[in-house]
Amino acid sequence: MEIKILGPGCANCHRLEERTQEAVAALGLDVTVEKVTDVAEIASYGIMRTPGLVIDEHVVVAGRVPTTDEIGRLLSEQ
Amino acid sequence: MTTQVQSARPTWSRWAGLAAAALAWLALYRVNAPFWDWLIYGVFGLSPDSALGSSLHFFGYDLVKIGLLLVGIIFVVTVLRSFMSIERTRALLGGKREGAGNVMAAGLGVITPFCSCSAVPAFIGFVAAGVPIGVTMSFLIASPLVNEIAIGLLLGMFGIGPTLLYVAAGLTIATVAGWTLGRLHAERWVEPFVFETRLRGQVIDSSAGLTWDDRITMGREEVVTILRKIWPYLLVGIGVGAVIHGWVPTDFFATYASAENPLGVIVAVGMGIPLYSNAAGVMPLVQSLYGAGLPMGTLLAFMMSVVALSLPEMILLRRVLKPQLIATFIAVVATGIVAVGYSFNLLLA
Repeated sequence: MEIKILGPGCANCHRLEERTQEAVAALGLDVTVEKVTDVAEIASYGIMRTPGLVIDEHVVVAGRVPTTDEIGRLLSEQ
Repeated sequence: MTTQVQSARPTWSRWAGLAAAALAWLALYRVNAPFWDWLIYGVFGLSPDSALGSSLHFFGYDLVKIGLLLVGIIFVVTVLRSFMSIERTRALLGGKREGAGNVMAAGLGVITPFCSCSAVPAFIGFVAAGVPIGVTMSFLIASPLVNEIAIGLLLGMFGIGPTLLYVAAGLTIATVAGWTLGRLHAERWVEPFVFETRLRGQVIDSSAGLTWDDRITMGREEVVTILRKIWPYLLVGIGVGAVIHGWVPTDFFATYASAENPLGVIVAVGMGIPLYSNAAGVMPLVQSLYGAGLPMGTLLAFMMSVVALSLPEMILLRRVLKPQLIATFIAVVATGIVAVGYSFNLLLA
């Protein structure tokens, strides 16, 4: 599984990254969380509001910071 | 499904919690003035006529009042805005022409949830979907310029008149500036890669599938995020107000920065452009300076230049816009703000 955090470095992007790390740790998954900060690449995912959460190249959340629980659910659904 | 069971809180407890919070808010708002009267004039024994007494009273009372207003407004605005999304805005603007499209973009810029850190993805997303550059710029100008939190604060501090003036002026600037940039064929100053960006995957509507609990959580988190960001501005703004209130004679500013001073508005806008804060952060300072006798037009122009034109956003936008467009953008918006400042000073004189 491949997880990407889309965000140029705003407060919400950092919060999404922290919570994703927490969710990954809670589920005991062995995955890498990659940060995408280049705006052109972020835009190419079709999102217009950061931050975005991408799991295996699918945008699952955009424009808000979900709770750690919700991220956990999204991760286990994939 | 187990996920449903996990997230479902009893409905009554959610609404009871909200109602309790609203009551506590009202109670605090009500006891604010009597509390500071009691503390400063009673316990400390200071006279309301003394510089120190009136100053401390002003600081305490305003800090609590503005703090409460901010908490209430940010929460309500965030919950309401969670029903709107930038994806829906783009769909609405898709087939629009310049002119009507600019007006609509400015209006949607006010109600669409948006932060300037998303300016670039939003710009690319709009242009890639065929929204004209001028219409896109109207949206990007209106979004920080006419801000619901600023609208709420203005209503709470100055009443309906200045609030309506502010909204009308902001929408006019965003509409006219965006239309002007469109007429100047600003698309030649957009970095070519923007037009080549192909959007992959499916568009996610960021407002889709949210429950009331999600929206309430978003509201609470937004209150914390914004207050954490702006508290220094709040303290400085109200502190300046307290000093002015106690020690600066009321005719001091009237002498140097009255509505008749022909350079007043230009100086205010020139000072506002390099400063950067959001509307919530700059409003306490505006209120303090208004109390000191500065004219409303000059102050609104100052506030607009602080929130609408900012160096960090320009640096971000440089990724997609050539320097010519950034310079034109600043010039057009600054001209609009200066014009608004002078007309208000004339109208309200």
